[in-house]
Amino acid sequence: MKRLAIVRSFVLILTFTLVLAACGNNSNSNSNSTNSGNKETPAASNAGTASEAPSEKPKDPVELLNVSYDPTRELYEKYNEAFSKYWKDKTGQEVTIKQSHGGSGKQARAVIDGLKADVVTLALGYDIDALVEPGLIKPDWQTKFEHNSAPYTSTIVFLVRKGNPKGINDWSDLIKDGVEVITPSPKTSGGARWNYLAAWGYALKKNNNDEAKAQEFVKELFKHVPVLDSGARGATTTFVEKGIGDVLLAWENEAYLSVKELGPDKFDIVYPSISILAEPPVAVVDKVADERGTREVAEAYLQYLYSDEGQEIAAQNYYRPINETIAAKYKDQFKDLELITIDDFGGWKTAQEKHFNDGGIFDKIYTPGS
Amino acid sequence: MKGSKAKKSKNVLPGFGLSMGFTIAYLSLIVLIPLAGVFVKTTGLSWNEFWAVITNPRVIASYRISFTTSVLAALTNLVFGLLVAWVLVRYRFPGKKIIDSLVDLPFALPTAVAGIALTAIYAPNGWVGSLLEPLGLKVAYTQLGITIALIFIGIPFVVRTVQPVLQDFEKDTEEAAVMLGAYRWRTFWKVIFPELLPALLTGFTLAFARGIGEYGSVVFISGNMPMKTEIAPLLIMTKLEQFDYKGATAIALVMLIISFLLLLLINFMQWRISRRTIAE
Amino acid sequence: MAGAVTAHLSQEASKRPKHITESAGVRWLLISIALVFLSLAVVMPLVSVFIEAFKKGFDVYKAAITDPDALSALRLTLFVALIAVPLNAVFGISAAWAISKFRFKGKNFLITLIDLPFAVSPVISGMIYILLFGAQGFLGPWLDKHDIQIVFALPGIVLATIFVTVPFVARELIPLMQAQGVQEEEAAAVLGAKGWQIFWRITLPNIKWGLLYGVILSNARAMGEFGAVSVVSGHIRGETNTLPLHIEILYNEYQFSASFAVASLLVMLAVLTLLVKALFEWKTNQGASHEKLN
Repeated sequence: MKRLAIVRSFVLILTFTLVLAACGNNSNSNSNSTNSGNKETPAASNAGTASEAPSEKPKDPVELLNVSYDPTRELYEKYNEAFSKYWKDKTGQEVTIKQSHGGSGKQARAVIDGLKADVVTLALGYDIDALVEPGLIKPDWQTKFEHNSAPYTSTIVFLVRKGNPKGINDWSDLIKDGVEVITPSPKTSGGARWNYLAAWGYALKKNNNDEAKAQEFVKELFKHVPVLDSGARGATTTFVEKGIGDVLLAWENEAYLSVKELGPDKFDIVYPSISILAEPPVAVVDKVADERGTREVAEAYLQYLYSDEGQEIAAQNYYRPINETIAAKYKDQFKDLELITIDDFGGWKTAQEKHFNDGGIFDKIYTPGS
Repeated sequence: MKGSKAKKSKNVLPGFGLSMGFTIAYLSLIVLIPLAGVFVKTTGLSWNEFWAVITNPRVIASYRISFTTSVLAALTNLVFGLLVAWVLVRYRFPGKKIIDSLVDLPFALPTAVAGIALTAIYAPNGWVGSLLEPLGLKVAYTQLGITIALIFIGIPFVVRTVQPVLQDFEKDTEEAAVMLGAYRWRTFWKVIFPELLPALLTGFTLAFARGIGEYGSVVFISGNMPMKTEIAPLLIMTKLEQFDYKGATAIALVMLIISFLLLLLINFMQWRISRRTIAE
Repeated sequence: MAGAVTAHLSQEASKRPKHITESAGVRWLLISIALVFLSLAVVMPLVSVFIEAFKKGFDVYKAAITDPDALSALRLTLFVALIAVPLNAVFGISAAWAISKFRFKGKNFLITLIDLPFAVSPVISGMIYILLFGAQGFLGPWLDKHDIQIVFALPGIVLATIFVTVPFVARELIPLMQAQGVQEEEAAAVLGAKGWQIFWRITLPNIKWGLLYGVILSNARAMGEFGAVSVVSGHIRGETNTLPLHIEILYNEYQFSASFAVASLLVMLAVLTLLVKALFEWKTNQGASHEKLN
């Protein structure tokens, strides 16, 4: 008797789980390929591109993994579609692009730790530089594509509540009494590093390159920050959805996107007198692409970002195109303003070490008594 | 384990070798060897570097924040958890079964869901947040917010440890106290409470240990301000994202040791309790 | 971890003579406080999930939970639980058998080790697998040479989930089996029963409800784990995103309603799990009274 009861209860539990699993399976027929895909894909695509290359049949489908940062979700969703179509028309090969998004530094770390990305499209060069040391990418990656491997640029702008009730027009207004500023933490967010450097650049310029004054300004600025989210998206959510703060320091594209997604009647975009030219770079991860035999398509994927169609898509997603004809077409969308560049800070490595590493200036402004 | 062989012969039951072997092997593969990695990685730091990492003001502040919010949350759960367990065991009221099942929900609910739900409620424009805002009380993005998230996470532990003890409580003892003329309140403090104390302590420590390590629900509601609302697990994440593995493992090591000591304490307490009950 | 001990709400404890319980007023006051606390701390967050989920109407809700990415996340979540939970059940039985049926030195230490994953911060649980299997980790170069992908793929997610849920079944069974003692099994052994026979015929029937409860708890936890899985997943859409990670992604894409919709799916899975548990408990209570007759 007892034995029977036990068997019954196990059968019950088993059916319970199986039914649940089946619910999932029924709804999408190509499920197995996604579940077990990861392990098999490299082998499959190897066979596809390397050994079968000379055959007359259309090449086997290939899969690319693009590891990117947070605010590019919408951009690459559109772009991947366009590229797949372009590649299919050109070569007859099916290409599926998988996306992974997250904070730029976190994504770079995942790639270092073994996430098999064929291409990386991150927020700043420093994060791609980090891939050089473990031998994933050749040191000269930035020369592989035009324009320092940055197919589109962006800048940092202010997003304020409709009608700009606090009268925020420039960086100096951010440290007025009662103004709350939202920015993610420069320690974890690539975008926040651009924010920080833009503020620093403004303060330097205003104070005739007096570093001590600049540090004072940035310190004061961060006193006005009530929440430091870990990523750009988190900060945007805090500002627009939770209603915290008077101004959000954001990527230009992120600001436009929030206005578009959450209603133009709620927010205004303010351009400060000076900002920074942000160049989110792209690169083929040499080691992975060679291993998987996806170099050809991976390079074409990034190269196509520079094509007219790629540039159009970038512009439609509020990234500043580098192609001048396209840029001219969208010039009403992107206001001209004075932009400093990362080279004014001696490049990413120097900037990172001076400002953002542990014990750097950013840590100091948060350490009591300094 | 080696010393057990001699005793094993006394036992007529089979399967010690098999079950013990499997247990140790499984535990080693899944838990111990991976955890040992933390120790090995930390040895890449010299003692001075290690010390510098774990005594950095920001790191100390994060320990303090994790510690105080966990204690506050565990204390709240101690009081209300006891109350809930008491009510569930001793009184009869409609819907009791449902309430009893509800207690397990925080445990079964993904922490990320708890995080975004709590943030939605307590943000200045949320249901409760908007009521508290005029009173000058901020919950989300403050330590209070972290504490509330940890209260949510910790409730089941106190209730579920106290419940069985209360359930098995002999009526006779209470009867005797009443016979001796003790008031209800006095009976509770002098007779019932001492018996419940070990279970309460265990529940408290469990809720506390869980709170210190909690990540998913807290990151959404904490605001992550260095020195103010930045918890230790987040700092580990931050260090990882800066490719600083050794720093991350150093903080992780400190947390690991704290959790291990806490657990050892619980198990020791329980061992003493079970010894005492056997002795009785 | 002993927190997850099965508590059957028997009727007996609530049947109390007047002199050892509180007056009706106090009773209802206490009940009210308990209910208010629970509704503030537990019910409200749950309700808010559903309200937010349906804020933009049923269509948005339906679209969110039938989205291919959501479905692949659901499948992955269930698949991972399907591997992790049975493994931990076997481990739990084996550990409980060794610990409760035999005497040996260092038992407390062993129990503490089993508990450890419970108190370790989920972030650390994920990190340790990166340290071990990541490309820069101890085994990374070897794995890379043999083209074996563990972290940022299914095996890593499964491992992290197993780690997080290791203690549940074991911790449920150890006190139960300790309380039951060894007499029945010893009697069977003396009568000449074989090891597996003893286990199937004596031990398993005795622990079945505790085992089920442990399985249900691990299952709930396995499906909901966020921190640890987040570290090892790699966040590849449609491939290594579990449901909790998918919720975070939607939340970060301004699709708040959709993210709460998917969250409500997980809440329902949790509620379903707990309902099954309640059902079993109800059956146990019946079974218990039945067994007393034997």
